[in-house]
Amino acid sequence: MTPATRLDLDPDQAPEPATGSWLERRLPVGRALRREYRDYPLPRNLNALWFFGAFAVVTLAAMIVTGICLALHYTPTEAGAFDSVEAIIRRVPSGWILRSVHMAGASCFFAVLYVHIFRGLYYGSYKAPREVLWLSGFVALLMVMATAFFGYVLPWGQMSYWGAVVVGNAVAAIPLIGHPLAGMLLGGDAPGAATPMRFFVLHMLCGGLICAVLFIHIAALHVTGSNNPAGIEPRSPADTLPMHPFYTTKDGVGLCLFLAVLLGLAFLAPALLTEADNYLPANPLLTPPDITPEWYFTPFYALLRSVPSRLGGLLLAGAALAVVAAVPWLDRAPTRSARFRPLARPAWFAMAASFLLLGLAGSHEATGFWLWLGRLAGLYWFLHFLVLLPLIARIERPLPLPTSLA
Amino acid sequence: MPASAASSNLSNDGDPMSGDTTCETCVKRRDLLSTGVGAMALAGAAAAAVPVIDSLAPNPDDVAVTTLDIDLHDLAPGTQRVVAWAGKPILVVHRTPQQLAILQSPALFDRLRDPQSKVLQQGAYAANWHRSIDPAFLVVVGICTHLGCVPRFDPQTDGNGWLCPCHNSHFDLSGRVLKGSPAPYNLPVPPYAVVKPGTLRLGENPAGSSFSLADIVQI
Repeated sequence: MTPATRLDLDPDQAPEPATGSWLERRLPVGRALRREYRDYPLPRNLNALWFFGAFAVVTLAAMIVTGICLALHYTPTEAGAFDSVEAIIRRVPSGWILRSVHMAGASCFFAVLYVHIFRGLYYGSYKAPREVLWLSGFVALLMVMATAFFGYVLPWGQMSYWGAVVVGNAVAAIPLIGHPLAGMLLGGDAPGAATPMRFFVLHMLCGGLICAVLFIHIAALHVTGSNNPAGIEPRSPADTLPMHPFYTTKDGVGLCLFLAVLLGLAFLAPALLTEADNYLPANPLLTPPDITPEWYFTPFYALLRSVPSRLGGLLLAGAALAVVAAVPWLDRAPTRSARFRPLARPAWFAMAASFLLLGLAGSHEATGFWLWLGRLAGLYWFLHFLVLLPLIARIERPLPLPTSLA
Repeated sequence: MPASAASSNLSNDGDPMSGDTTCETCVKRRDLLSTGVGAMALAGAAAAAVPVIDSLAPNPDDVAVTTLDIDLHDLAPGTQRVVAWAGKPILVVHRTPQQLAILQSPALFDRLRDPQSKVLQQGAYAANWHRSIDPAFLVVVGICTHLGCVPRFDPQTDGNGWLCPCHNSHFDLSGRVLKGSPAPYNLPVPPYAVVKPGTLRLGENPAGSSFSLADIVQI
């Protein structure tokens, strides 16, 4: 008896019949793309909040293209970094556009991701069977945060330098491994000669990792399908629409609006997103009077300094993210969408407000009112995820769910 | 407009779910929309590509041509000096009267590919038998016109001046390529001027002439 080869297989058991063009029979990419991006069924009731995943993908693509062009002109050395960024702005052909779009893109990336995440929290997009989808998105958020931080240090201005100092010291506060870890990160006791090259490599590396995690995120999405504002699974073909032309067109309209915002920021208000101090070269002997992180880090910055302990603040900021990752297991209510959850819905608004207040507190000096506002908002953040969500799941009586999306 | 007013060759394509197949070949209203949107998207993508491609050009500061002065007083007759200018090796030679005499001999002329320097490998002020402003001093770009190696200074009594180590191209002491060499052109003469006796300035032309590295047929 001859061993079974690929040719001996019963055609009925073959994965899929190899048909189509010469290439298609060998690499069925066209078929996969048609299945996943043209015929792919989406719930017919998706609202504009479902734009933001597509916005994130487009932003990432813009960041990679502009980032590669910028990297070609950047000098990752202590002596050359600041001047090379100035040369990109002033001398490199079209360098000012690319840098402006890259900077505005970083801010827009976070804005888009925050809307995307809070939309998921509102409509229960993290619940079974979408836990892996949620976690992969959470990892992507962490990678984006790391990439943004590394990238922010690269211009080697005053804010870049002192941002690296503060984060280096925060990492050093980790027990046992903190000091060696900070040394490996910075390439010295403080940011110095080795730091720009390390952060340059890490910035590009994390950017690549975002792409890898995003691939997993989208693969997981296409396994479970999208959640929707009603939070019930589509029950019949009438509940869904093919991605093309319906959602390609709708996302296209949203994308035009989004690009108008991104390019508006890049062209009309670039100063809105930068600190003037970062156009002064790094000076290890002089800390700027007011160290403020970029707006997208301010909620976590408020937590970092809300307790009089370096390690405590670091743990709080980390825990504030960790509770978001754990939300599929903290909120065990079977109803997904807050539309049908009379208690979870107001709780969501209060939680979103606490995040905004944390951000506000984090962008002000940590004294008196702002310090206490940050502490209270932070307290509510943890209260929401660790106490309210599990409690509401037990006592809430959800409204009746619709039977179809049509 | 009432639906009945739709003309017969413009099918009513309002509902994409209806699977309307009554008019498969004629132009549909939606075709105009999708073609228009596609064209605009393409125009937008092309506009976005402009700064991306633009930025790949070199930083003008990196390619700006500067000038470099060369003092000839300590260059002994019969020797060569190599200087770097515009990122290229520039060969400066102080030729002896005997060497200049060889360069003018008819026997050498017959062995040269371009004895009159007709190909634009130099400015008008160097398109002569000595390929220079002052016959005693030759300035050439030391890059073989074959595949770019730096020729080795090797003055011989038979007229040879340089030998390229890569593929054995021979040049005379005016940088003119000898027949039988794989190199097709004479060595380029960079733009230079005599600013005062004994001092050359690379990157500048004598008054009244204009010539730049970009004009050279092949470096």
